[in-house]
Amino acid sequence: MSSLAAGGEVNPLIPHTAEIIAGLIAFSLLYFVLRKKVTPMFEKAFAARTEAIQGGIEKAEKAQRQAEEALQMYTKQLADARGEAQTIREEARTQGAAILEEMRSKAQEEASRITASAQAAIEAERQQAITSLRNEVGAIATELASKIVGEALDDQVRQSRIVDRFLEDLEKSKK
Amino acid sequence: MRLIHAATGEGFNPPSAKDFELPPFIEGVEWATKPILLAFLSIVLISIFFIAASRKAAVVPSRLQFAGEGVYNFVREGLGREIIGHDFLKFVPYLFTLFTFILVNNFFGIIPLLQFPTMSRVSFPYVLAAITFFIFHYVGIKKQGIVKYLREIMFMPGVPKPVYILLTPIEIATYFLVRPLTLSLRLFANMFAGHLLLLVFFLGGEHLLDGVLGLKLVSPFAFVIGIGLTFFEFMVQVLQAYIFTLLTALYIAGALADEH
Repeated sequence: MSSLAAGGEVNPLIPHTAEIIAGLIAFSLLYFVLRKKVTPMFEKAFAARTEAIQGGIEKAEKAQRQAEEALQMYTKQLADARGEAQTIREEARTQGAAILEEMRSKAQEEASRITASAQAAIEAERQQAITSLRNEVGAIATELASKIVGEALDDQVRQSRIVDRFLEDLEKSKK
Repeated sequence: MRLIHAATGEGFNPPSAKDFELPPFIEGVEWATKPILLAFLSIVLISIFFIAASRKAAVVPSRLQFAGEGVYNFVREGLGREIIGHDFLKFVPYLFTLFTFILVNNFFGIIPLLQFPTMSRVSFPYVLAAITFFIFHYVGIKKQGIVKYLREIMFMPGVPKPVYILLTPIEIATYFLVRPLTLSLRLFANMFAGHLLLLVFFLGGEHLLDGVLGLKLVSPFAFVIGIGLTFFEFMVQVLQAYIFTLLTALYIAGALADEH
């Protein structure tokens, strides 16, 4: 101090080399520390904050959209189920009617088949009866006739001719 | 020093520029002076504070992070976005460093025990103004090319030709001399004068105590005014840090703009 005081007037506008260098170093150091450590972290915090707010809004919007979609889906499913039930009921009704119809026709068919076979049996029996009757009547008549005529008609051919003739006469006389 | 004067009964030596020439702590080691140590102390304090505040980078900030973000946001939005506008983000670290460095070093002027504004040593404002000077010219040249940049400075478009005789020297002086000089001297002079003012009142008050009874009675008023001026100094310190950073941002914005 004494030397400076002795130096007389001091010009405060004249810089000191040591101070200039120190100022440069100090300022540069501070700049690099803040540039590397501080400002990126603050920017990161700002970005995270902005993202958090925007993300929250987006999330809410997404949830709402999803809820709406779910509601629409359920409504559609309900309508579909109703429609399906209606279809099934309709189908069952048609099917029931068809089954009924089929049964009916089957029964009818069966009935007519039974009727037809019965008729055939009756016809066959009738024919058989006619044949046997004819033979019996023939035999009886021949026997009767032979007894009456006293003539043995043993010969088969002759016998049958006579019977036929007789029957024909019988039928003719009926008319 | 003043105490010695007072004790030896010399007349009152008003504070002067000599009071800013502090001797090195270690004899012969030129850099071991108070302002240089204060400058380094400031970068340690600023680094610790802001690293602690920004370390977590939480979405929901703690009180400390909120405080750090407040200062950063003030520079980022108020000086960066507002003034530089488009592409301001890459200048924010520089503006932020500038603002905090000047602010804390100015505060040293009124912080008890330290009580010396680093920026009252003209070397520091010179350095800062020089950095700003190089940055804004570099930005302008990079943006527009050296020829166009210099032409726009020397021959402001949209001015009648004869006016250039007057305007060109003024513009050149403005861009290459006045801007860095006023930038540094404004800061220096404010801090210098503020500190000198405080010295006058506090040392004067102290000296008055050594005087006759009447002077002793006046002494408290000197101290009261000194305390009042300390608060006033606080405002000036904040304002000067802001103005320096603001002007730097304005110069950068001007260099980036297509038309001056």
